[in-house]
Parts: sequence; C-alpha cells; structure tokens
Amino acid sequence: MQFDFQQNFFQMFGLPECFKLDGTVLEQNFLTLQSQVHPDKFAHLPESERRLSLQWATRVNEAYQTLRKPVDRARYLLKLRDVDTQEETNTAMPADFLMQQMEWREAIDEARHAGSLDDLDALEARVQHEAKALLQQLEASLDQAHDYPAAAGVVRKLRFFEKLSEEVASAYDELDH
Amino acid sequence: MALLQISEPGLSTAPHQHRLAIGIDLGTTNSLVATVRNGISAVLNDSEGRALLPSVVRYHADGGVQVGDAAQSAQSEDPVNTIVSVKRFMGRGLKDVADVMSLPYRFVDEPGMLKLRTVAGVKSPVEISAEILKSLRERAEQALGGELVGAVITVPAYFDDAQRQATKDAARLAGLNVLRLLNEPTAAAIAYGLDNAAEGIYAVYDLGGGTFDISILRLSRGVFEVLAANGDSALGGDDFDHRIYCWLLEKNGLSALGAQDTRLLLTRARAAKEELTDRSETRIAAVLGSGEVIDTVLTRQDFQEMTQNLVARTIQPLRRALRDAGLTVDEVKGVVMVGGATRMPQVQRAVADFFKQTPLTNLDPDKVVALGAAIQANVLAGNRGGDEWLLLDVCPLSLGIETMGGLTEKIIPRNSTIPTARAQDFTTFKDGQTAMSIHVVQGERELVSDCRSLARFELRGIPPMVAGAARIRVTYQIDADGLLSVSAREQTSGVESHIVVKPSYGLSDAEITQMLQDSTQYARDDMLARALREQQVEAGQLLEAVQSALDQDGADLLGEDERARIATVMHRVREAMQGSDHQAIKKAVTQLNEATVQFAQARMDRNVARALTGHRIADLDR
Ligand SMILES: Nc1ncnc2c1ncn2[C@@H]1O[C@H](COP(=O)(O)OP(=O)(O)OP(=O)(O)O)[C@@H](O)[C@H]1O
Ligand SMILES: [Mg+2]
Repeated sequence: MQFDFQQNFFQMFGLPECFKLDGTVLEQNFLTLQSQVHPDKFAHLPESERRLSLQWATRVNEAYQTLRKPVDRARYLLKLRDVDTQEETNTAMPADFLMQQMEWREAIDEARHAGSLDDLDALEARVQHEAKALLQQLEASLDQAHDYPAAAGVVRKLRFFEKLSEEVASAYDELDH
Repeated sequence: MALLQISEPGLSTAPHQHRLAIGIDLGTTNSLVATVRNGISAVLNDSEGRALLPSVVRYHADGGVQVGDAAQSAQSEDPVNTIVSVKRFMGRGLKDVADVMSLPYRFVDEPGMLKLRTVAGVKSPVEISAEILKSLRERAEQALGGELVGAVITVPAYFDDAQRQATKDAARLAGLNVLRLLNEPTAAAIAYGLDNAAEGIYAVYDLGGGTFDISILRLSRGVFEVLAANGDSALGGDDFDHRIYCWLLEKNGLSALGAQDTRLLLTRARAAKEELTDRSETRIAAVLGSGEVIDTVLTRQDFQEMTQNLVARTIQPLRRALRDAGLTVDEVKGVVMVGGATRMPQVQRAVADFFKQTPLTNLDPDKVVALGAAIQANVLAGNRGGDEWLLLDVCPLSLGIETMGGLTEKIIPRNSTIPTARAQDFTTFKDGQTAMSIHVVQGERELVSDCRSLARFELRGIPPMVAGAARIRVTYQIDADGLLSVSAREQTSGVESHIVVKPSYGLSDAEITQMLQDSTQYARDDMLARALREQQVEAGQLLEAVQSALDQDGADLLGEDERARIATVMHRVREAMQGSDHQAIKKAVTQLNEATVQFAQARMDRNVARALTGHRIADLDR
C-alpha cells in the first residue's frame, strides 16, 4: 500500500504509548477519524479517492480494535518494543496454572452437556474475574516496571483465557441451536 | 452537533447542485423506491398512486415481462412463469431452498446459484431481481425527471456474501450505479433515529416476507453504530403461509397438487394469515383445478399454535446478538419493529416478552427501510442536507479459510466493524510445493462442510522450498458494502504471487455487459447512448471534484509543474467530452484519476492530521 502508514496506532489516535488508556478519548478520536475517512464520505468521489478511503477506514478500524481490547493492546505495545510474546513457541507454563485451565475446560464442557445457561453465565463471570487480575499485572509490568519479558509471560497466560472465552462463546452458540 | 462541524472530508462538490439519488428496498414480497426531496424523505408512488411494488415478475412467451401488480394477479393462472419471492433464491443453490417441493417452478440446478426455466428461457434470480429494480428505476426517473447519480439498495443484515454479491449484480444489470448496499435494519434505524432524535441502545426486529434480521445499535447524535447483527435469511411471512398451506393439505386430504393449485392455496393462506391479525377466525375458500371445493375455517389460536416454533426461531438470534454486543435486555431502550410480518400479534407478544417492553410500532413497517435508504443515498450522492452523521455497520457472519482436516479457521470474526481487513500466514506442508489451494468459507460452524463455500482459488508460482519454509499471507478485505475480496502472497522469497478473487458465483463485468446486451430492453443503440451519457456524467463529476480540490488545496499542496500536469489532463477530459466516443472519455477519465492520486493522498493525510489536532477534543456529544 502506498499511503503513509508510518504512524503507529497510538500516534494515530494521539494517545501516549502505554497500556493504561482513556477509553473515552480513544473512542472519541476513533469517531473523529472515521468521520474523516469513512467510505460513506467518499461515495460520490472518483475511484482513486474511494480506494484511499477504504484503506484508511480499514486501518482506523484495525487500530481501534487493537487498542480497545487490552490483550491485543499489550501485544501491540510489546511488538512496538520489539518483544516477541512467543505465544506459539513458548509453552512452558506453571503446572498449577495448567491444572486450573484443565478444570475450567472441564467445567465448560459439563455446562455444555448439561445445557445449562446459568452454569455458563457463572463460569463466564469467573473466567472474566481471573483475567482481570492478570490485566492488572500486565499494567504494572508494562507501565511501571517496564519489565517486558514479564509482560510477555502474562500475555501468554491471557492467551489461555482468550481461548476459554472462545469456548464459552461457542458453548453459548451451541446451546442456542 | 459537534461532529457535524468537523472540516469537510474529501473533495467538496461545489457549486452546489442537487444530485438525484434513490433508496430501494428490494423486498421478498414488496419493493419500494424513495428519495429525498427538499430535505424530506418520501416514497415514490407509481402512476396509480401505489407505493408498494409487489416483487413479482411474469415472463411471456414473446419475451415481454410484467412486474408488480399485473404479474401478481396472474400468479395462480400462470404460476410457472410468474416468479414470486425471488429474493429467497438470490445466491442460493437448489439444495439451500427448503421447500422446493411445494414451489410451482421449474428449477434448474446450477453450481453456485439455481435458475428457473420460464417460457422466455432460463432466468437467474439476478436477472429476475433486475426486472424489479428496473421497474423502480424507471418509476424514479419519471418522477424525478433526470439522470440518477446512483442508488442505495437494501439487503437483509444477515445476507451472506453470495446473497449480497447477487443483489449488487442485479442492480448493475438494472442499469443502476450502486452507491452502497445498506443493511435493512440499519436503514430503518436511520429513518427512525433521525425522526425521533433517538439516543441510546436500540434493537431493530425486522421480520419481512422472506427474511428475519435483528440488529442492535447504539444511536447518538451524529453516530449510528451497529454493535451486532443476527438473523435468518430464510425465515419470514412466507413460512407462516407455508404452514397454513400444509395444514390445508392435511385437513383436506390433498397431496401432490399441480402448480396452479399450489399457488392458489399459498395465496389464500397468505390472505388468511393477514386476516388473523385483526380477527379471531377466518374462512379459507378455493376451487381447485379438479373442481374440488375447499372451504375451511382457521382460528387464530390454531394458527398461532402451528406457527409457534417459527416465532421461537426468531428469539435465539436475539439472544446471540445481545451477547455479541455485550449487552443485557435491560440495557435496550427501545425495540423498533420493521416488516409486514411484525403485524402478527403473536410476534409482537413474543418480542415484548423477550425485551420486557412494548415494541415501537409507531412507524410504517412497510416503508421505513426505503425511507432510510433514501436518506443515506442522499448523503452518499454528496448532497449535504445540513445534517451529517457517521454510520458504522458490521459483517454478520464470520469469514474463514479451510485448514487441514476440513476444519474452518476464522479470519474475520462476525460482527467486526466494516470496512475491515485481516491477514493470516500459512505455510506449505510438502517439500518443493509450488501451489497452494485456498478455500474461502463463511459461517460460524467448525466444519467446513457446515459453512457456506464462497470461493476456491490456487496460489501458484511459489518457489520450491522445504516444507514449512514458505510464508503465504492470505488477506481478507470486507468493504463498506459488506463484500469480501481475498488475496494471497508468498512473502519469504521476495517473489510475489498475488491474486484477488471475487467469489465464484459473482458475475464478471463481462458477463453483466453481455447480459445487458442480450436483454431485449437495451437495443444496441440505446446501449451506446447510455454508455456515452454515463461517461459524460462521470467525467463532469470528476472535473468538478478535481477543480474544487485544486481551488481549496492546489496552491498549498502542489508545485507548479504538478498543477500544470493536472490541468493538461483536465483539458484532455473536456475535449473527449465534446466527442461521442465513450471509450475515449473513459480513457481520459482514467488518466485524470491517475494524475490526481498523489494529490488525493496528500489531501487525505492533511484532513486526518487536522481532525485530531485542530479539533483534538472535538466534543462528540457522546
Ligand atoms: N396485517 C398483516 N398481518 C400479518 N402479516 C402481514 C400483514 N401485512 C403484511 N404481512 C406479511 O408481511 C410480509 C411482507 O412484509 P414486507 O413487505 O415487510 O416484506 P419484504 O420487505 O418484502 O420482505 P423481506 O424484508 O423479508 O425481504 C408478507 O408475508 C405479508 O403476508
Ligand atoms: Mg423488508
């Protein structure tokens, strides 16, 4: 693509490069940017402009989605710092963490088989609660300690929680069938 | 409204001149066309004052085509050549249509999309829909007395890529410039939201003749944001008719009816259903081809019982949409009802029970979609009506790729805000592998066989390497119409193979041109005249846009040579416009487009930079 993509996502929204972020400012600036670049603003213009608008609007959406979701935001920050989160390669995890993950999974499976929406609701709340504690750790390592390897380790843990959330979501979908 | 004051993006279209644009609701049962005149959105009636055009097309042996009421009244007499509810077949194969057996058509199974055999030959759903659109286009051109700049065509929010592509092709075949495909519930939300200055979370429940949609939106001044959409693109009033039809067959011990009797009973069933909205019972009477007389009473209670599970099928998507939006029922401020089938009391009751509130029925459920489409068309055409807003919509279904073992790997998850693009890297699994086949699928299920296959293509010319060494990046892009394009590129070797596919059921431009030429309504001379006119209009618009951009930013952003170069190409366009060769105009237009690419980029960059600096804390009323 030929247009200037030098700006990183934080720069794009005029935000400081840190994990903690003001969601309201992010959202406002997202809307301000989209109101400049969205394809609806260019529909009556020549093809070349429409293409440019499509590229920009796509980019702005990508940036917004990345910064909006905390784990993606952390991944992105680490990437900016040239730190590899090693989510595919580094599978060394504390045994008790893995045990707990197994238990979660079993609980989700049980709820799925029992067809219990209430159980799923409860599980989802607990998964979210645990993930929240990890997000706090992430903020501490990224913004205060600047300990990026530690942050990468937390991201690896959070990857497991993302997978759990996906399983919960697909269990919900299944129960709706 | 702060958002509206932000500096104008893109090129302005001064001098101000109203551009004629229309919104079309291409419905399963009824279609409408609307436009904004003097700042007010209004449905355009036909010469007899009717707003709704029944979506019915009848083909005659002599090649003549009837659309609308005339065709509808012939449906029982000539069912095979009179196509109703063609929207259900858009982008669908024969195996996708559940009730084929009880439909009075001669289907032709074709890969991708089925076709129908009529006295006037084999017709695709795209061609049949194009007849409906053409009729509305003519209605609009007559009412407005001028050349249309373009049209917004609405589609069910839950339409997949195949159905959207088919709709867009139909519009192009009807000679319309498609400004945008707009989701029906979103169109309704625009009309409703603007009219009522609505703010907060709203649900739009749209049950029409053939499709069901639920969209959850956040409305605020200046922004319409779709948070989630769900639905069933094969569920609507037609299915309620079908239940009554089956009940009639059973009750009267009938089987294997001919096409005429089938259509007759389906028509009677629909009338009965509509009557039961206001009455507690209705009489269904008909004389079959055999002379057999049917005379039955259907009570509202029986009707509601036999259609209970149809209503229930609309409730599951509500739950999913809310969950995807991360909201609970209590957060929904209002429920907007759209579509003729929401008039049924059992539907209103079920929706009220689910949302724990009385749904809003204070708007015309038949017209609101077309009115919203017209409002959006007006904006997209570049008419500034004082008010401006940002519309953010989503893709309803996940898009994925087939991986080992027939499993789907999701690339773009459902309810992503569009336009969007996502890339995923893949590698080769055999030494020396030089090609990779890519299978694009849409849907939520894990098995590829449970999803809709959109396209298959091969990336060739991968330099031979050991297994796992190549890095093939597959990129999915969804545009603002919700349409997908896919590209693939091998990255490691620096050798680039690049391919962009349009899903396979889509018609190529050449095919559409061919179909236009074949169609009896366009004699060759008409075609040429039309092409010339279109090119002239486009060239005129482009010149106007470039001139206004030059006036605004030319001095700042361009050097003298650059300005001179653009001026030369503009001159070439003006010269070509004097002539009658549409190809020559097209060529000059392309040159001008190319000559202004960098200028456009510079303007875009500057607008973006300004948006966040000059108006950094633009209070967006949110
Ligand atoms: N009073 C009524 N009671 C019950 N059903 C009705 C009533 N009036 C219209 N309908 C039904 O509404 C359906 C048509 O609604 P509408 O015109 O909104 O659909 P459409 O826009 O053509 O279809 P879609 O949006 O699914 O493509 C038909 O099935 C019709 O029988
Ligand atoms: Mg409709």
